[in-house]
Amino acid sequence: MAARKAAEKPNISGDELTLYYRQMLLIRRFEEKAGQLYGMGLIGGFCHLYIGQEAVVVGMEAAAKEGDKHITSYRDHGHMLVAGMDPKGVMAELTGREGGYSRGKGGSMHMFSLDKHFYGGHGIVGAQVPLGAGLAFADRYKGNDNVTFTYFGDGAANQGQVYEAYNMANLWNLPVVFVIENNQYAMGTSTKRSSKSPNLWERGAAYGIKGEMVDGMDVLAVKAAAEKAVAACRAGEGPYILEAMTYRYRGHSMSDPAKYRTREEVQKMREERDAIERVRELLITGGHASDDDLKAIDKEIKAVVNEAADFARESPEPALEELWTDIYA
Amino acid sequence: MPTEILMPALSPTMEEGTLAKWLVEEGDSVAAGDILAEIETDKATMEFEAVDEGTIGKILVEAGSEGVKVNTPIAVLLEEGESADDIETAAAKPEAGTADAGAEEAPKPQAERAAEAPAAAKAAQPAAYAPEPDWPEGTEMKSMTVREALREALAEEMRRDDAVFLMGEEVGEYEGAYKISQGLLDEFGARRVVDTPISEIGFTGLGVGAAWGGLRPVVEFMTFNFSMQAVDHIVNSAAKTLYMSGGQLPCPIVFRGPNGAAARVAAQHSQCYAAWYSHIPGLKVAMPYSASDAKGLLKSAIRDNNPVIFLENEILYGRSFEVPDIDDFTIPFGKARLWREGKDVTIVSFGIGMTYALEAADKLAEEGIEAEVLDLRTLRPMDTGAIIASVQKTNRLVTVEEGFPQNSVGNHITSVVMEQAFDWLDAPVINLCGKDVPMPYAANLEKLALVTTDEVVEAVKKVTYR
Ligand SMILES: Cc1ncc(C[n+]2csc(CCOP(=O)(O)OP(=O)(O)O)c2C)c(N)n1
Ligand SMILES: [Mg+2]
Repeated sequence: MAARKAAEKPNISGDELTLYYRQMLLIRRFEEKAGQLYGMGLIGGFCHLYIGQEAVVVGMEAAAKEGDKHITSYRDHGHMLVAGMDPKGVMAELTGREGGYSRGKGGSMHMFSLDKHFYGGHGIVGAQVPLGAGLAFADRYKGNDNVTFTYFGDGAANQGQVYEAYNMANLWNLPVVFVIENNQYAMGTSTKRSSKSPNLWERGAAYGIKGEMVDGMDVLAVKAAAEKAVAACRAGEGPYILEAMTYRYRGHSMSDPAKYRTREEVQKMREERDAIERVRELLITGGHASDDDLKAIDKEIKAVVNEAADFARESPEPALEELWTDIYA
Repeated sequence: MPTEILMPALSPTMEEGTLAKWLVEEGDSVAAGDILAEIETDKATMEFEAVDEGTIGKILVEAGSEGVKVNTPIAVLLEEGESADDIETAAAKPEAGTADAGAEEAPKPQAERAAEAPAAAKAAQPAAYAPEPDWPEGTEMKSMTVREALREALAEEMRRDDAVFLMGEEVGEYEGAYKISQGLLDEFGARRVVDTPISEIGFTGLGVGAAWGGLRPVVEFMTFNFSMQAVDHIVNSAAKTLYMSGGQLPCPIVFRGPNGAAARVAAQHSQCYAAWYSHIPGLKVAMPYSASDAKGLLKSAIRDNNPVIFLENEILYGRSFEVPDIDDFTIPFGKARLWREGKDVTIVSFGIGMTYALEAADKLAEEGIEAEVLDLRTLRPMDTGAIIASVQKTNRLVTVEEGFPQNSVGNHITSVVMEQAFDWLDAPVINLCGKDVPMPYAANLEKLALVTTDEVVEAVKKVTYR
């Protein structure tokens, strides 16, 4: 785990903290619900939950502005919720229904929203990295100051195309922040078993790309690093790499033998490092919110998630003609 | 004895070149490795070095001469003790038999066929008959190589739409490994003519992302062999995302470059991807034969909102065809071209396969067999309607392509014809393909591995029971 930044008192408003708390909680409750629906057989196939990693996307996107683009892997539900996509549409895609973002044709791993500048949702490990560089290429070509947030895992960091993308991104000064979500495992392979060098972000140095490691369990630390990275991109200084050290509490996908790590390891992270608990504490100790305030937020979010689940169950399956649509534009 | 310096073949497909510039003069003494001249090939300008030492006795071909055939003597090198007076006798010989001597010294089976083809193609151009003509009758025509046609299409589309840009290895400063992008960097600048590092999967993925971001990339693969490095982005990212996004995210991108066997470059550099890519829903696949189709289809491809695989052919680049002199000339996808009308058999082909199809039709005509020749032009969408209509007329079908036989394009056509025109068939369909072997290097084996005109003639005789 990255050394935590000295625990300075964050100079941050209650409103802002509350926003991050809400966003992270929404992701967690949404994912818990998705897990339940999966258990009930309403969601099929692969379903990768983001529980434990919430601070990464929430902190990163705190530095985004309208027009910025977002792209990630199959572990994408949290990214979509923070990008402002409707939880109902996301959940209904998980259940493969007409009301889903891809009208049931993409599923958990492949969802998109042009409206919210969310470009997927990609099932091929590492593929999103050059794709993200390409989105940034388009913005540089058009001459605007948008930035593309390109997320990928520690496992994906071993794909060759990541480095081809790094090279071109820096060669052409592309406004892209590469966010390595290092949750320390790629399925059952710990980073120790896949890479001799512990710091994945440092590989960017070979291409002259600036980067740093950040505590991905601390939303404020992520946000601070993201602001720096995004500012560099907007200023035309080219790409930036952030390696967020994080942890997933659940299995890789829904069926995970969990033999590659101990229960204690997971338990320890949850108890000592949980990102949501951390913000909750800051809200309480900083006098920004009372227990009751937080309970009210919990309740509100539960309602949103329940509504999404109801919608996802009630939305009909796609019409049979849908088989043959959207193949060609 | 004075030695002749011959026009060198500086690329696998070079048949002739321009002697751009002499860097030596008569009377200069040269050492092995000295640059003698600059020669422009079909792909690039290259420096030509001396192999032996000696004195330049006579320059036989002046600087600036175009169309100098490979193996033509271009200068005479004198050894020590020889004088220019010795030259007359030496130079007299090649003048008599240049071409023959050349052909023997450098066996080039592909080149031979390439040299003959344009004439054959012209002869076979349909006279008046064409179901829906590609251009109005009486349109003024100009002669143009496939290479020029492609270049024009790119330049016109780039002028028309700022979102169109070209990227790939050596497309800019080098002006294209096969000179397709000649002059484009000058006209459009480095923003729109982007030289990439050698990173096929990386720049293909990047191109797809740029297309999603609102641009219209034209991605050049130096040859399609290298697209296998990038096949994941072509198939999984470019072709499937419209579907997976419920119609939200189209991918207007063209992947283009030379495809199929070139000449003498062996197995890893000689493969046809027509069947591979036309397997994939979400992709469109074009494979032009003539210059007018190259131009009209490439312009359509660039305007298409779908990912298009555009399969060119190195051997066809240098061939000339008549192209209509029309502003903004396009050819729609999914429409076959009838090159030759006939009643005895239908020959369906595409790309360079058309060379053999048309040559065979000429030969067959001499024997009184009238072949109808269809050029599919695009494989996805495929004009199966034209094939069926023709088979219903001729009752016999031969398909011709250079790709491998198993799961070939011809196999697919056969299945369509079986389903839709079984009762019209008077003979089993024959699919002519390249042989089921990796492409060999040796000239004789290479020739054997490729489909030939004679094989087409033979197949037609078989299905017509002659
Ligand atoms: C090219 C490719 N290889 C293998 C897989 C199977 N696979 C899916 S997820 C995964 C692990 C990826 O781990 P990481 O990048 O760390 O992301 P995380 O799941 O931890 O978010 C593997 C091997 C795949 N989808 N794509
Ligand atoms: Mg991981």
